[in-house]
Amino acid sequence: MSDTTTTTSTPGAVQTTGHAWDGDLQEFNNPLPRWWLWSFYATVVFAVFYWFAYPAWPFGKTWTKGFTTATYTEGGQSHTMRWNTRSALLEDLDSGSDAKRQRQYLDKIAQTDYAAIAKDPQMVAFVNQAGKRLFETNCSACHGRGGQGVVGLFPNLVDDDWLWGGSYQAIETTLKHGRNGYMPAFGSVLNATQIDDVANYVLSLSGVVPSSEASARGQKIFTGATGGCYMCHGDDGKGIKSMGAANLTDKIWTIANVPAAQSPADKLAAVRAVIGNGVQNVRKMPAWGERLSAAEIKLMAVYVHQLGGGQ
Amino acid sequence: MRHEHIEVNSGLMIALVLAVISIGGLVEIVPLYFINDTVEKVDGVRPYTPLELRGRDIYVREGCFLCHSQMIRPFRDEWLRYGHYSLAAESKYDHPFQWGSKRTGPDLARVGNKFSNQWHVQHLVKPTSVVPESIMPNYPWLLDTELDYTDVADRMKALRYTGVPYSLTQAEYEKNVKDFGKVVADQLDISQAKDNLMKQARTFNYDGLPDRVTEMEALVAYLQVLGTMVDFSKYDEGYFANFR
Repeated sequence: MSDTTTTTSTPGAVQTTGHAWDGDLQEFNNPLPRWWLWSFYATVVFAVFYWFAYPAWPFGKTWTKGFTTATYTEGGQSHTMRWNTRSALLEDLDSGSDAKRQRQYLDKIAQTDYAAIAKDPQMVAFVNQAGKRLFETNCSACHGRGGQGVVGLFPNLVDDDWLWGGSYQAIETTLKHGRNGYMPAFGSVLNATQIDDVANYVLSLSGVVPSSEASARGQKIFTGATGGCYMCHGDDGKGIKSMGAANLTDKIWTIANVPAAQSPADKLAAVRAVIGNGVQNVRKMPAWGERLSAAEIKLMAVYVHQLGGGQ
Repeated sequence: MRHEHIEVNSGLMIALVLAVISIGGLVEIVPLYFINDTVEKVDGVRPYTPLELRGRDIYVREGCFLCHSQMIRPFRDEWLRYGHYSLAAESKYDHPFQWGSKRTGPDLARVGNKFSNQWHVQHLVKPTSVVPESIMPNYPWLLDTELDYTDVADRMKALRYTGVPYSLTQAEYEKNVKDFGKVVADQLDISQAKDNLMKQARTFNYDGLPDRVTEMEALVAYLQVLGTMVDFSKYDEGYFANFR
């Protein structure tokens, strides 16, 4: 602790604080620089101004609300209300410089039909930029960053095979309302030999195995009342888009991972598993109609359409 | 009082230090308990069902909050990425709340209904199988471990003490019917907790395993309800702004 013996310093020099420690250790008392001191006073004055300008002091059941305001548009009407973080956000979403710049394009997309958007290079450039971000936020968790999907779980968006249709309109419907892919399980409907036959037939459709007696028997089950597969996949096995039923005649596999299976037996087993267990609770795409605006959905339809083979 | 007097008297020093450092809390936190508009008046927010509640406990147990916040702030970038900013009302039945303070992963306040149950299961078992660039750890045991729900009624009773309206008496149940409707009130009835938990698990089969009730089931049920209780289309944005 200090003692308080006052020690005089050399006349004319800077004053000391008046303390001396250990007998002779003293401390200069330099005045604060004047610019610093005035800046400090200015911040104090500013703080008082700030209390009046913005929401600040609580008292009782309420608080001082400040005189600054924020203006935003809702329901086609302009509203002005006192400033707070929420009204400031509404103003930023409405008339912030970024929002305004983006809205020019989004409005244009909302008003233009799909064919015209695809032809306008400026709009396509915007779709590619904004679509990439929206895709990463909303779609890439399942479909992968590049849209490649996961066989067995989430459809590939970069090829030209579409379960629910690859037109702009069909993609828009998929985005807006979601999809719920479903195939019943045939494990209890068909016996093991019949499932084997149908699997052979399905594999022969895309030429993975050559036609055989088994596949001929399978075809009868497929197109007849026993299996009834044709009702969703069509007589020719090309699928029916309005039902989300896959085209079985191409080499693209969405549930059974046939290309990854090494031996013919494994390929057969992969198809058999799908026929036996069906496709349930797997192909559920959530609806984005409430998360994204109409213009954003249209933008994403264009983006997804051009990812691969839009139709 | 001289400064020297305080410096040499540690009891007094402690008392005064405590007084000074509590000013911030007194000014910024305490008034929120008295201000009427702290918690927004909004329809739809309800306590968790027994299954969701167990899922929430697993969320806390696994430390999800260490990397995932559950609070969307009112900024344009967050609005565009995650959706509507979080309301205080949306976590009024959370004890403790899961706002979090660090985002190594994305915010989860509105993750409900964003992805399918199947995706959540796949992602929790092995995140890189669906998001190759993910650094989230694997949680495969969630799918292997049967959910222990023997004590779910006790967990609801404990929350009831903190003010969450789970009902024990007929009067409390009837109040819940009035406040939340019969369907929700039944879910909040502590005496039916186990039945409700089983019923929800059977009906929705969150984990994709029809015969089992795993910890995955509960966690996905919880994740799928996050941020979905308030129907924002029913309100003007100005309504929420007026509470601040």
